[in-house]
Amino acid sequence: MRPTTPQAEKAPTTAAPGRHARREGFEDGALLTVEDVHVRFHTRNGVVHAVEGVSLELSEGEVLAVVGESGSGKTVFTRRVMGLIAGSRDTEVSGTVTFDGITLSELDAKGLSKVWGKEIALVLQDPMTSLNPVKRIGAQITETLILHQKLSKQDANARAIELLRSVGLSEPERRVRQYPHELSGGMRQRVTIAIALSCSPRLLLADEPTTALDVTVQAQILDLLGDLQSRLGMAMLLVTHDLRVVRSRSDRIAVMYAGRIVETAPTKDLFDSPRMPYTEALMNAVPPITGPNHVRLAVIPGRPPDLLAPPKGCRFSPRCPYAQDRCLTEEPPLRDAADLPDGSAVEHSYRCWYPVGTPENAEARRVNVERGETAAGTPVTGEMVPA
Amino acid sequence: MPDSPKTTTTTSLEKAAVTDRDAIDSEITSADLDLVEPITGATATEPAKARRSRTPFGWYLAWFWIAAIVISAIFAPLLPLWDPAVPDYNNVFGGITPQHWLGGDTLGRDNLSRIIYGARASLLVGLCAVLLGAIVGGILGMVAGYFRGRTERVLALITDVVLAFPGLVLIIAIVAILGASLTNLIVGLAILSVPTFIRLSRATTLVVTQREFVQAARAYGCRPMRIILREIAPNVVMPVAAYGFIMVGVFIVVEGSLSFLGLGIPPPTPSWGGMIAGGRTQLIEYPHISLIPAAVMFLTVLSINYVGERSRKLFEVRESNL
Amino acid sequence: MSSTTDSSVVLEKPAEDKPSEDVVLRLEDLVVEFPAGAGQIVHAVSGINLEVRRGETLGLVGESGCGKSTTGRAIMQLPKPTSGSVHFDGRDLASLSSEEVRKLRPKLQMIFQDPISSLNPRRRIPDIVGDPLVVWGRGAEKAKVVPEVLRAVGLDPEQVADRRPHQFSGGQCQRVSIARALVLEPEVLICDEPVSALDVSVQAQILNLLEDMKARYGLTLVFIAHDLGVVRNISDRVAVMYLGRICELGPTEALFDAPVHPYTRLLVSSIPSMEGAQRGEVGTGEMPSPVSPPSGCRFRTRCPLATDRCASEVPEMREVAPGRFTACHHPILDTPVEAPLPAAVAGDHSTNGTAPAPADS
Repeated sequence: MRPTTPQAEKAPTTAAPGRHARREGFEDGALLTVEDVHVRFHTRNGVVHAVEGVSLELSEGEVLAVVGESGSGKTVFTRRVMGLIAGSRDTEVSGTVTFDGITLSELDAKGLSKVWGKEIALVLQDPMTSLNPVKRIGAQITETLILHQKLSKQDANARAIELLRSVGLSEPERRVRQYPHELSGGMRQRVTIAIALSCSPRLLLADEPTTALDVTVQAQILDLLGDLQSRLGMAMLLVTHDLRVVRSRSDRIAVMYAGRIVETAPTKDLFDSPRMPYTEALMNAVPPITGPNHVRLAVIPGRPPDLLAPPKGCRFSPRCPYAQDRCLTEEPPLRDAADLPDGSAVEHSYRCWYPVGTPENAEARRVNVERGETAAGTPVTGEMVPA
Repeated sequence: MPDSPKTTTTTSLEKAAVTDRDAIDSEITSADLDLVEPITGATATEPAKARRSRTPFGWYLAWFWIAAIVISAIFAPLLPLWDPAVPDYNNVFGGITPQHWLGGDTLGRDNLSRIIYGARASLLVGLCAVLLGAIVGGILGMVAGYFRGRTERVLALITDVVLAFPGLVLIIAIVAILGASLTNLIVGLAILSVPTFIRLSRATTLVVTQREFVQAARAYGCRPMRIILREIAPNVVMPVAAYGFIMVGVFIVVEGSLSFLGLGIPPPTPSWGGMIAGGRTQLIEYPHISLIPAAVMFLTVLSINYVGERSRKLFEVRESNL
Repeated sequence: MSSTTDSSVVLEKPAEDKPSEDVVLRLEDLVVEFPAGAGQIVHAVSGINLEVRRGETLGLVGESGCGKSTTGRAIMQLPKPTSGSVHFDGRDLASLSSEEVRKLRPKLQMIFQDPISSLNPRRRIPDIVGDPLVVWGRGAEKAKVVPEVLRAVGLDPEQVADRRPHQFSGGQCQRVSIARALVLEPEVLICDEPVSALDVSVQAQILNLLEDMKARYGLTLVFIAHDLGVVRNISDRVAVMYLGRICELGPTEALFDAPVHPYTRLLVSSIPSMEGAQRGEVGTGEMPSPVSPPSGCRFRTRCPLATDRCASEVPEMREVAPGRFTACHHPILDTPVEAPLPAAVAGDHSTNGTAPAPADS
């Protein structure tokens, strides 16, 4: 830990209760600050606008979930934050990523390697690819310990066993001598978590950590991550496509669509009153696990936008049931929900001209239902979105 | 990025991250960009490769050379050439003259004419042997890969035996028993190439058969032969063809070597290998008799290899995007 | 079927009026085994008995490796099961020659998980959809039937005419697969994880489409998936599989609201819900390898209720309430998911809440 400013010193201690009242600490209290990040790929067929002006901040001890479908840019964004995507002849990057006062986006590979694994750790989707198949589990854990913490071989070994135990692996003494293929998927993911935690990082980046796992194991791993996160006071950036898994496991959610953040809010607030029609539609599209079956699911028409030629105006307008003429021409900025009549004071912003739950929205919906289609020409029926 | 304010930093990062780039880019392509492809069919390929693959000059040069050789070989009888088999006693060991552009050989036959007629033999051997080997090997490989079981084991055994047999000995045996002729040479080379084509085709078939469209075809009642021909073959043809193209170059060289040893096409039919062999006794005094056909063979094989290798790569990139 | 989850009325009798009792597909003692190298055998499916009624949607759920997809393929005879029988329309497919099976295939169709890999990249969409017709000598009908089916699955026949699969998104490819399966007007459609490769927003489109097609073509669906929310929404009855065996079978809502088998309970309580937290406690461990499954009840290594009897005796499938079957020696009766397990039954094996539990091999 190296607090740089008085504010930063204050932040960790108040992390738990003061999570939602973080406005004043925007610059100094944040552990990770991402500002106006753009990533563009120049391809034979044109420019892919993968990430467009994403800004985020993550405080010490906070869990921020980035949710998006394929093509939303969440993977590219995460890789940019990790420094795995750098500018080159055909990759254009801009914006800054700051971690605890260090500007990661300006570091070279050597500088990054000092931060990576030590202060920021990574858990990826497929544990089989992040583990070396020809090395024993023990060696893979001790490697980072010896490198970053300058431990002796014996100490590192003892610490490895201890780490494996702390991530809930049975018989850790036996596991250190095994190879990755001898473990099941869930156990492998536990090992990658143990490796990630080996140097007590302050920030954990988890990119779809449970997508490759079964439901029952998924719950175990998510609980483990949550438990370790609160016990060690780590901040966590949880990237996922599944809104459901972050419902009870994040403090704040940022929803991405077509390379942009379209809504960000504290988790409870987002679920209670989503403002962005896309967020609302995403929630309704998930089949419910209570109530009657054979329910007609609310459908988001069309498909994710083509990032080579994103739609003008609001990126969601071609699929949005509320779309009006304005949505097709003018892209909405990130707006603050506190300005809405029924908006709460919490940090909640969205990117929509006709936010859900407002009279404007109800009016837009009425207009669209009346003419049978949105301004973008998408058919609308009366029962499309449940109230 | 001319307008990026951080040009200096990004270039240093670029160097640092260059090793990871390819892997990451392709991952992104599959993970995030696949579903946003436009309906026009344009595929958001890996950006790095897309830029690098601006067609180089050599590509056109290689095609030009191949086209020149093939066209002149096909239309040789129509060209105003000397008869390649008739000696001109004024042209024995002849140098470059307005009558004989590339001089004459040990018997005074016209070199240019013999190179062009020799191209017919060389290309015929290369193309026919490969075509025969690819068709036989391709079909056997698909059968082995689709049916598995005993069929596959028997074919694997045959493949291993043929591959273990020294190729030169086989050719010598064929020539010794059946006599040296163009057909026998083609058959011999085709036999040698069949095992490799079986392996390639079988491996591709194994991968393709795993894909669900083959399962679906079985599920709606397609018979095996139809599945192999309609579903599998179109996916096996491309890799086999790309490999076959490279094999043409190899076989041209093999034909040259065999003719050099006297096992190839019997004289007086001109062939490149035979021409090189014919000039070898006068190599010091009259090097052009051997060196000109050698240079032509070298350039032809180089062009074929270059074109083959490059189309294989292009094909692979496209395949990975499917 | 109202599902006001009142804990007192847990095992309400399901209203069995929609699907008839006419059994269209019956699996008897279905066993599928594969060689796993080194003389070992993968026991993918170990003795399944199941009846699918005409017009119903039967969900088949379980985690990866439980044998649900293998069961689906065994029904299709791709490949033939190791032993047991598959009765379809009164004939045992497993005992028929491959030519006789082939003749029945148009009535029994399947759609697959990977929408992109399901379509031959080198063929055009109308050819792909029309190919089953050509195979069955009805190529002449192609021009009429194919556009009709394409329109039914929500694709514009004009627009797709000249295109190949890679020009489409995953959701559109899955529509093409569905069209190809429907072109022969089958009786039974086996859906093997049809939406798990798709984005949530597209998933709903395909699920609604399947419901529409079921109504339009009068299909019987066998819906195989690992996503419980999806299965719950589309199925009339659900069979839960674990390590090659069925552990519970029952009407969807009843099964999800008050699971009888401890594994179903674990599965249901692990679903992250849109409404809030988990519905119950999180289990421990993972599914053992199907190469060497545990003796007796296969779930006993992870079961909080396991006793010695579970290790020695394979539980038989039995009816514990009308329409509800389970293969368990200690079925959980009268306890909804949200409530804790009764302590008396749970004994000393119950797991301890939030602490990271040891993952066992």
